[in-house]
Amino acid sequence: MSEVHPSKQPRQPMPEQPPAERVTNFNEVPLGYTPEQAMAEAARCLQCKNPRCVTGCPVAVDIPGFIGLTKEGQFVEAARKIMETNVLPAVCGRVCPQETQCEILCVLARRGEPVAIGRLERFVADYEREHGPRETVPPVPATGKRVAIVGSGPAGLTCAADLARRGHSVTVFEALHELGGVLVYGIPEFRLPKRILKAEVERLRDLGVDLQTSAVIGKLDTIEELLGPEGFDAVFVATGAGLPKFMDIPGENLLGVYSANEFLTRSNLMRAYEFGKADTPIARGKRVMVIGGGNVAMDAARTAKRLGAERVILAYRRSREEMPARAEEIHHAEEEGIEFHLLTLPVKLVGDEQGRLVGAVLRKMELGEPDESGRRRPLEIPGSDYESPVDVVVVAIGAGANPLIKDTTPGLEVNKWGYIVADKATGATSIPGVYAGGDIVTGSATVIEAMGAGRTAAAAIHLYLTGEAPERDGAS
Amino acid sequence: MSTEHLRQNQIVAKREIAPKTYWYDLYHPKIARKRQAGQFVVIRVHEGGERVPLTLVGSDPDRGTVTLIFQAVGHSTMELARLEVGDALLDMAGPLGRPTHIENHGTACVIGGGYGTAPVLPIAEALRGAGNRLIGIIGARTRGLVILEKELGSLCDRLEVATDDGSYGRKGFVTDALAALIAEGTDIRFVLAVGPTPMMRAVSELTRQYGIPTMVSLNPIMVDGTGMCGGCRVEVDGQTKFACVDGPEFDGHLVNFDLLMKRQGAYRAEERQIAENYEHCRIAGVLDA
Repeated sequence: MSEVHPSKQPRQPMPEQPPAERVTNFNEVPLGYTPEQAMAEAARCLQCKNPRCVTGCPVAVDIPGFIGLTKEGQFVEAARKIMETNVLPAVCGRVCPQETQCEILCVLARRGEPVAIGRLERFVADYEREHGPRETVPPVPATGKRVAIVGSGPAGLTCAADLARRGHSVTVFEALHELGGVLVYGIPEFRLPKRILKAEVERLRDLGVDLQTSAVIGKLDTIEELLGPEGFDAVFVATGAGLPKFMDIPGENLLGVYSANEFLTRSNLMRAYEFGKADTPIARGKRVMVIGGGNVAMDAARTAKRLGAERVILAYRRSREEMPARAEEIHHAEEEGIEFHLLTLPVKLVGDEQGRLVGAVLRKMELGEPDESGRRRPLEIPGSDYESPVDVVVVAIGAGANPLIKDTTPGLEVNKWGYIVADKATGATSIPGVYAGGDIVTGSATVIEAMGAGRTAAAAIHLYLTGEAPERDGAS
Repeated sequence: MSTEHLRQNQIVAKREIAPKTYWYDLYHPKIARKRQAGQFVVIRVHEGGERVPLTLVGSDPDRGTVTLIFQAVGHSTMELARLEVGDALLDMAGPLGRPTHIENHGTACVIGGGYGTAPVLPIAEALRGAGNRLIGIIGARTRGLVILEKELGSLCDRLEVATDDGSYGRKGFVTDALAALIAEGTDIRFVLAVGPTPMMRAVSELTRQYGIPTMVSLNPIMVDGTGMCGGCRVEVDGQTKFACVDGPEFDGHLVNFDLLMKRQGAYRAEERQIAENYEHCRIAGVLDA
């Protein structure tokens, strides 16, 4: 009997909470691999000499390296291997779109299913957190340089960790009362449990990073003041896409209409889903309509379902193919009974005398020629309007650039949408010593892309402060 | 007083200046140094608590303290009122919002309704500093609810008090006092009013007739206070604005007060529910244990 290479075996499935059960709670949907599953899945990896998967990772995690250790059951070592280049492995293992980054490049994907890189990352990170000895951070000679990081989302945290590891004194300023940026206010508990985020953020304290909450830069101190009287040598601006977009249709100020930012902030950051234990309320609609087709729209729709909605409708003006959300998120939403109304554009929201939302007027769309984004342009079908009763609407059509930093930083160049202009290769802005990265530069993108920007900026800031090019440590 | 031993956000003074209305001085040297008239902070009292916006009534940069005045009317403000000197707020973020635009108008009139008199105080101070002749009007339901009379009086060339029940000062509303001033021929060139929404609307309706520029400070429901969520949207001149970053002060003649009042009532049922839970726990002794 000849041995079949494990790569011929099917990919290990991810155990999940069944849909009917999970819509009644906010616990995580995927339950995670067992050690046996992880080792079996890791054995599928061909350990390519020139691994293509690594080239798809914005922070260049040594993927074959950590998978090789996982195969041998050396889970803690595997996690530490990832941490050499990624401070948030348990986060990335959950929220990264691996299917379009590393896994899509896996050799096995050509003829079958790629190695489940994301699931393995998640498994070893969770294992290390729960079983591993506390990592001791080898002392690095202090450079005497001070760097301020504005924003504690994925870009800010990554930049902070990289700079701290190079001996700089780093302070992170977060405007909200909790650390994590979009990871804490935007991503729901059922996709990223807060305790897991907290544990990863705590690693930054171990690195000696000073983490300050409720510190609104632009108000408490300006960028100029950080570089002047506050004594910082460089600043990294990573404030994210913190400006909600609305549709500018009639009725958007009715009670029951939320921006996705507000709806998710109430539920996630303020824990309104535990109302009674937490004090912040949220409208629990019976018929909820979410407008949009991205990951944020899926998060909002799935949150509304868990808050007790009888029906959750997702209105998206293009077709299924153009939906920007991850396939996994769309799949999970459908399993949970979210109703997709595709090629549908809300044109008006209707209220009662008390100003409460009671319905939406929807217009049918059809697809025309491709637009500048390459996607087929949605065109309105005249005379196709119809009204649908709804009591909560969540507008999830993207976020813009929060103007707080721009408005208080003279000389900081921004583009016509208000995003900060920063050099792609370094993150350098129009002001010497001021760097920027993440959604405040690119507009809404992924967690790992923001982390990549943080990493790039950290290398450039190190060079700016010391004149030394940083040692190669996985990032190219 | 030495401040070395103080923690950030710690309460260094607490006074009940009217029934259920409290004056807190809190230690936060940086906000104390930075704050300008018209700005606010967002605070949290405890884990799981709401983010509550409160106007910065004043500060003492030398002592490193800021002054907040609030009325314990809802669940979160009642919890805030339970704190004592030495306790610290869990969080305080600020100074938020745009500072008041200050210039010398000639004669300016500042109007405070109820505990809305507190946010008026720093603006009165700034208007005074810019050389305005200043007239103050304080309105309250009854004598015991008139606050900051001495503080505002010391900044104003003239101070009027109106109570709904006539127990102190003129009987009537602040608009009656303002109408009387206008009827006397007082050349008021600018009005700033802070208080309950119906009062700000009434003041704006009155001054509109006389073409007197009028600013009001709006207090819609807020969450983050930094322009991130858009929960505090108000309509001004037909445009949607975010009170937290575009305000909190707006032209009273252009504000859609109807919409503001509706939006302020968005969570009335939930507020009642949480207040009942709280009362229940307190009676059961859970909170005091």
